[in-house]
Amino acid sequence: MRAGPVLTVLALILALWYAGAVWLNATWTYDQAARSGATVSLGQLLTDTMRQERPVLPAPHQVAAELWKGLTAYAVTSKKSLVYHGYVTLVSTLSGFVLGTGLGIVMAVGIVRSRTLDLGLMPWAVISQTVPVVAIAPMIVVLSNSLGLGDHLGVSNALVSKTVIAAYLSYFPVLVGMVKGLRSPDPMQLDLLKTWNASELQGFVKLRLPSSVPYLFTSLKVGIAASLVGAIVGELPTGAIEGLGARMLIGSQFGSPIIVWAALFAAAILAGLLILLVRGVESLVVGRMGVRT
Amino acid sequence: MKDTMAQAVIEAKGVNLVFQTGDGPVQALKDVNLRVGKGEFVSFIGPSGCGKTTFLRAIAALEHPTGGTLTVNGMAPDEARRQRAYGYVFQAAGLYPWRTIAKNVSLPLEIMGFSKDEQAARVERVLDLVELSGFGRKFPWQLSGGMQQRASIARALAFDADILLMDEPFGALDEIVRDRLNEEVLKLWNRTGKTIAFVTHSIPEAVYLSTRIVVMSPRPGRITDVIDSPLPRERPLDIRDSREFIEIAHRVREGLRAGHSDE
Repeated sequence: MRAGPVLTVLALILALWYAGAVWLNATWTYDQAARSGATVSLGQLLTDTMRQERPVLPAPHQVAAELWKGLTAYAVTSKKSLVYHGYVTLVSTLSGFVLGTGLGIVMAVGIVRSRTLDLGLMPWAVISQTVPVVAIAPMIVVLSNSLGLGDHLGVSNALVSKTVIAAYLSYFPVLVGMVKGLRSPDPMQLDLLKTWNASELQGFVKLRLPSSVPYLFTSLKVGIAASLVGAIVGELPTGAIEGLGARMLIGSQFGSPIIVWAALFAAAILAGLLILLVRGVESLVVGRMGVRT
Repeated sequence: MKDTMAQAVIEAKGVNLVFQTGDGPVQALKDVNLRVGKGEFVSFIGPSGCGKTTFLRAIAALEHPTGGTLTVNGMAPDEARRQRAYGYVFQAAGLYPWRTIAKNVSLPLEIMGFSKDEQAARVERVLDLVELSGFGRKFPWQLSGGMQQRASIARALAFDADILLMDEPFGALDEIVRDRLNEEVLKLWNRTGKTIAFVTHSIPEAVYLSTRIVVMSPRPGRITDVIDSPLPRERPLDIRDSREFIEIAHRVREGLRAGHSDE
């Protein structure tokens, strides 16, 4: 029963997409026909706009075919395989996510515990998110290359810069969510702890931290998607040859929108899997905390 | 009453408490004098803003009087709080949803550093006391509102404080559950001999439970009447149809009305 609405929406999107493909790709079909002095019937228009090699908007089945080819046709270690590129992006997404989440939690704890940090740190955190990541990404790439941090850590400098960019995007939702979560216990709860003469630390560990868990997971879902965006953006200006971002760049440089779209969908699938992963962990943790599901 | 002559557990002399608010100072308590003896059950009743909750919070050292002296077990309230002299029950049960009932009850024990065995023994004992044996492994959402409140009373009893401070503990519950819990609180008081200070809106509740009823009135919050109850310690629910009960309830109501006519 629940599949009904989902399928309806999906069918609607596909119909719009096909209509868009016909509409946007028609110009090229007409130009070709005009050059050879032929006329185009409606049937020809429909078939031709669906199978151009460099369409303005590739038709869904073209993207699907390219995606399928990218995922299955090559060995997973091949530079042509989307699995390979997806893996490269995944590694930097996860490393950036872990770093960003850690940073966000530590900052949130500091901000909740100290009024100075609340006043001193929070505005900068907000400002950091108003700087467009496209503007800051090249600088991070240049910095991490010249500092050569990756060489010290035994990883590539590209991974370091992508990790930093992904962390830069993902720490903020975690920070905001955790600050809110750590402050969520009501005054009565805090009074109750006071009547037991509980220490600050005890209140933090026994009340504030567990209270923040639902907020944390909401933030993590936003954070992991932001990490993926960061990793992909990090692959664009680096002259990287690996990763879904690099794949998109290559597609657009070679004037092949089909490749771009296939990489785009690969990224979307990856994002979906990552969200599922976070949700899996969430239901595990929340289930252990005895919350009714 | 002889009881009031016993050792003073809570003693207020000329207590004043002024809140500084955005609209200027608000006198929450004015010249409050009260002496509560060991083992008494004292109810505080009055309309909103009469300072009954503020007074209870001052006893618990959650608010601090701006004038007069207030002692709990002969010491400053803050000192008494540090010695864990009292258990406090709020209107909301405030159980942690991620802890089972047993773990909720043992929370103050964990904080106070009781051993694991001691925790388990005490949890079992107090859950039995509030008739929640067998519910220890349930989570709060699996219990009714009344049962949750009983669990929160068990939590307040777990560390054996001699004083129980209860701030409208049954205010959010329906009448039938409330009656039952009132009976249980009386039983509890009889069995444990604790000193109980109980804030309520309800005249029948105050009269049914108390050995003494403190009537308060607002603006500024002050005590307008203190009524010693002649009712016996053993009180079946139908004592509320007795003549004495109705007379005390009448006097409380008169006291409340008098306090209001000042406005």
